[in-house]
Amino acid sequence: MSLAEPAALPVATSAAPRLHVLKRFVGRFKASLPAYLLLLPSLVFLALFTYGAMGRVIIDALYQRATPKAPVRFVGFDNIAAVLADPAFTGAVVNNLIYAVGTAIPSIGLALLFALALARTSAVSSALRAALFLPVLIPMVAASALFLFIFLPNVGLLDYYIGRLLPVLPNWLGDSDIALYAIMVITIWKNAGYYMLFFLAGLQSVPEDVMEAAHLDGAGPYQRLRHIILPELQPTFLFVTVIAILNAVTQVDHVFVMTKGGPSNATNLVLFYIYQQAVEHYDIGKASAATLLTLAALMGLTALSFRTMANREGGR
Amino acid sequence: MTPIDWLLKDAPLATRREITPKLGFLLTVLLAIVWLIPFLWMGVATLRPASEGINLMAELMPSLKPTLDNVRDAWEIGDFPRYALNTTIICTGILLVQFFTITLAGFAFARLDFAGKSLIFYLFLMQLMLVPVLLIVPNLRIIAQFGLYDTLAGVMMPFFASAFGTFLMRQAFEAIPTELEDAALIDGAGLFQRIRHIYVPLSMPSFSAFAIISVTSHWNDFLWPLMVINSPDKRPLTVGLSVFTATAEGTQAWGTIAAGTLMVIAPLLITFLIFQKRFISSFVTSGIK
Repeated sequence: MSLAEPAALPVATSAAPRLHVLKRFVGRFKASLPAYLLLLPSLVFLALFTYGAMGRVIIDALYQRATPKAPVRFVGFDNIAAVLADPAFTGAVVNNLIYAVGTAIPSIGLALLFALALARTSAVSSALRAALFLPVLIPMVAASALFLFIFLPNVGLLDYYIGRLLPVLPNWLGDSDIALYAIMVITIWKNAGYYMLFFLAGLQSVPEDVMEAAHLDGAGPYQRLRHIILPELQPTFLFVTVIAILNAVTQVDHVFVMTKGGPSNATNLVLFYIYQQAVEHYDIGKASAATLLTLAALMGLTALSFRTMANREGGR
Repeated sequence: MTPIDWLLKDAPLATRREITPKLGFLLTVLLAIVWLIPFLWMGVATLRPASEGINLMAELMPSLKPTLDNVRDAWEIGDFPRYALNTTIICTGILLVQFFTITLAGFAFARLDFAGKSLIFYLFLMQLMLVPVLLIVPNLRIIAQFGLYDTLAGVMMPFFASAFGTFLMRQAFEAIPTELEDAALIDGAGLFQRIRHIYVPLSMPSFSAFAIISVTSHWNDFLWPLMVINSPDKRPLTVGLSVFTATAEGTQAWGTIAAGTLMVIAPLLITFLIFQKRFISSFVTSGIK
């Protein structure tokens, strides 16, 4: 636009530069108006519940009220300092890190195994894929209801079938050394089938002719996996890892239903801590400070995921 | 032909004698069976009469005297029809408004040129980065300011705009040849007519993919409705099930819990088994949600 009319420009600008700029701006705005109208409904809700909420978190994290009825007063970074000094919060962060690593690695490993075994489409493999995918569909709350019984001491499914093999029956959800791992089992069960889908999609990009050539050169299954399949799946790995970590922070409904963070905070995770501060202690300042810290950590991670995705798109 | 040979009939000839892939497959089969056990137990326990006692509750062999008592109890105690209605209202309400917002915004991004396009694009992208589940505390305060605390509208509202849906529709609309639209322009069709009669009908697969993702995720939402809803008669299925489980757990009524869980997940499982391929391809696109 600007390159097409350079000859006319100097005359116009020398006459009334400001007016011209304004006119062009108004003209551009008028031409953009239909688009703005189409975007308006979305932008209203984004403004309220994304940017508005973000602003709210920042403001609420900086203010505090002594009692629910007292007026708010500015406290600066006191809330953030209080959260960081709260052993319940740091405990929840440590638990959440263990939980993230302990769910991401096994579920991604299993997902890769499932995808490799079921990559070839047949009636049997589709049925197996569907079986492994079923837990993905059901609400975490429903999974919790089922696993409450599975982990039930003495008469539960786990103790009934394999508990007899153990010298002492563990109290899966009641023992603070075991409870977090029991919670992790549910997450792995629920998510492995989801991550499998991404590996199945990723495996499609493994070039068939390279695999053929590797066969002919006598490469065994392990060598083909190590030198052909895994390098090809690298973007998928990064992508799935990011999703798995995001899930480890956001997908914690089972803690609410099964353990309420207990026993003695052994299964307290960050989101549950935030909920407790807001709903049980009415401490919006601390809840917002904890939200802010978590968001900062996750935004770094999501930014990484977009870069990963951009790389993947670019690679194709 | 042994079953193993049959499974490997499409595999490259050179690999058919390798043992590792077969072991991997066998392990996957075993794990798939393990993966199904919770569902199997749910079905068996639902039909087991309470009279068989707590010690047989874990038995995976179905009872010889199956009964529907557990289903009846769960139906009566749990108020599941009401919960199901609330969940349906929430999912439908969210989806309808989302269809409206993502179609318009998706079209603007796909076909219109406007000032600040990339800035607004990043404003949308922000929604994907600010994981919505984490914004429960501020969103609850905003909902309360609107007087929507303890209403279904309050549960729905934060999800009315969807960056994921907008990007999905943008992609779908961009794939539609502009010649089709040009023809309609010559015939004097306005903007909304073109969207309504050309873009929307040609993008049905994307709409259905989005609908699957939107409905399953809001059907399964727990924490947000738990915070917004206070009245028992406004609970969605997930919150209802958690309250129901907590009550029935106290009386060790595991058969009733199994029946209640079955009722909550049956609609999703049945829909999945019918539209399996669609579900799976939609979930693959949902990675960026």
